[in-house]
Amino acid sequence: MRYTLLLHYPEVTEATGDEALSPEALAEGQRAFASYAEVLTRAGVLVSGEVLRPSSASTTVAMRGGSLVIQDGPFAASKEQLGGTFVIDVPDLDAALEWAKQAPSVAWGTVEVRPGAVFVRDGAWVPND
Amino acid sequence: MGAERLSHEDARAAAERAARASYGRLVALLAAPTGDVALAEDALSAAFEAALDSWPRGGVPANPDAWLLTVARNRQRDHWKSAATRSSVELDEEGAGAVTVLDEVDPDRIPDRRLELLFVCAHPALDPAVRTPLMLQAVLGIDAARIAAAFAMPAATMAQRLVRAKRRIRDARLRFAVPTRAELPERPPAVLEAIYGCFAIDRGLPTPDWSTSLTGEAAFLAVTLATLLGTEPEAWALAALITLSSARLRPPGAAYLPLDRQDPREWDARLIAEGERYLRRASGTEAPGRFQLEAAIQAVHCDRARTGLTDWPALVLLHRALVATAPSLGAHVALAAALGGADDPAAGLRELDALPATAVACFQPYWATRAHLLAATGHPAEARAAADRAIELSGDEAVQVFLREFADGLGSRAAGTAP
Repeated sequence: MRYTLLLHYPEVTEATGDEALSPEALAEGQRAFASYAEVLTRAGVLVSGEVLRPSSASTTVAMRGGSLVIQDGPFAASKEQLGGTFVIDVPDLDAALEWAKQAPSVAWGTVEVRPGAVFVRDGAWVPND
Repeated sequence: MGAERLSHEDARAAAERAARASYGRLVALLAAPTGDVALAEDALSAAFEAALDSWPRGGVPANPDAWLLTVARNRQRDHWKSAATRSSVELDEEGAGAVTVLDEVDPDRIPDRRLELLFVCAHPALDPAVRTPLMLQAVLGIDAARIAAAFAMPAATMAQRLVRAKRRIRDARLRFAVPTRAELPERPPAVLEAIYGCFAIDRGLPTPDWSTSLTGEAAFLAVTLATLLGTEPEAWALAALITLSSARLRPPGAAYLPLDRQDPREWDARLIAEGERYLRRASGTEAPGRFQLEAAIQAVHCDRARTGLTDWPALVLLHRALVATAPSLGAHVALAAALGGADDPAAGLRELDALPATAVACFQPYWATRAHLLAATGHPAEARAAADRAIELSGDEAVQVFLREFADGLGSRAAGTAP
């Protein structure tokens, strides 16, 4: 059973007036995520993992009034943004929650654990068992 | 098979007995492989219907559970097959796996997976408000309408909540397993809390409405959980608490009497003995938990049936420990009442005065207790005002009658007549 861990957390941006992360803090965060990915890989549960750039780099595309509109910025402007995703394959929600508890960003954000419905394998849609 | 011919009524009675005893056991077994509680319930109710049709003609089978399990299992398999046909793929892995797992179950030795089902119903991924109703339905087979009545909620709303919770169990795939204390220390308390919920609904009402009362069901769940967990002191304490409290339940329509005015000869001696037996199993090595303290308080009250006296100093100690362990509003008010019983109503009033005014404004037990403590300290006018507030807040007519008589009695004392 595949679950996606959606990592939401407040972004450090100029707009929020927060000071940028120190290089030390940034390096510490990168180390934490690197070791998290390693632990998931060793356990044989990691399908994919991705940490995203800040939402200030985001661009959205949507159909508005019959025409495609391209806009700068994220889907919704809110204090917390989607910052990364990890797809894991584990037997049940309880196992997924155990992995979610170990995500470094639980310390400064929220980890949403969502079961997948279908996914693409070799070009074909496969139901998530 | 004893092929004795049965009337439809006898068959119904036999099916209902089997349902009461085996419902949760069979649902747990049918639902565990795929997590689909709703499908398990549907398959089982179809099996019960088939039993009503077949048992009057062929007699009650030697092993009714095995019979029901086999029929329900076939129903589930039919469902998976037709689902597979609809989606024009082979029986998916999930369904096929479930069939295999169930085929390995020897119908003559049906395992008990109710404990797993209880833990699923009280899973942290489910809304705490739906856990108790879910247990009542999935483990005991109580229908949504009756659960809704007990929770004073429209039947459709309750049914919808239960459907949503079951869908969540299936779609997010909650684990059907008993977590160890080391894994997740918060899990056993959540199950106990949900079972306590069945009982607390009734306890909020001094004279429970017997048509919707869930106390018997709560006792059954608590004893089942304690037995299955084996040596969990708080589980045995909860079984003791519920059993001892039900020993003192008043018959329907009886006038309300507070505990210390009840005649112990009216209590159920058999239930008291049973509750005390559970309480003895609850003694553990750790400091007593909330349910052990609450059960001990009930045991002290019940002991009046033997000694003719209430040990108020012991009650004050237990209530103080309860306030320290689980400091709820109710626990503080109960401590105040115990202090009043121990001839220290002034200390009881001080306890009440320390509670935040906004929290107690609409808390009926606070005002009823306050009225009694004020009367005992010689403040009849204030006592009457508190009693009036308690009457306003009480939804129970028998309690209103009792408090009205109490307030009227104060009136004559206030006018200078001897109490």
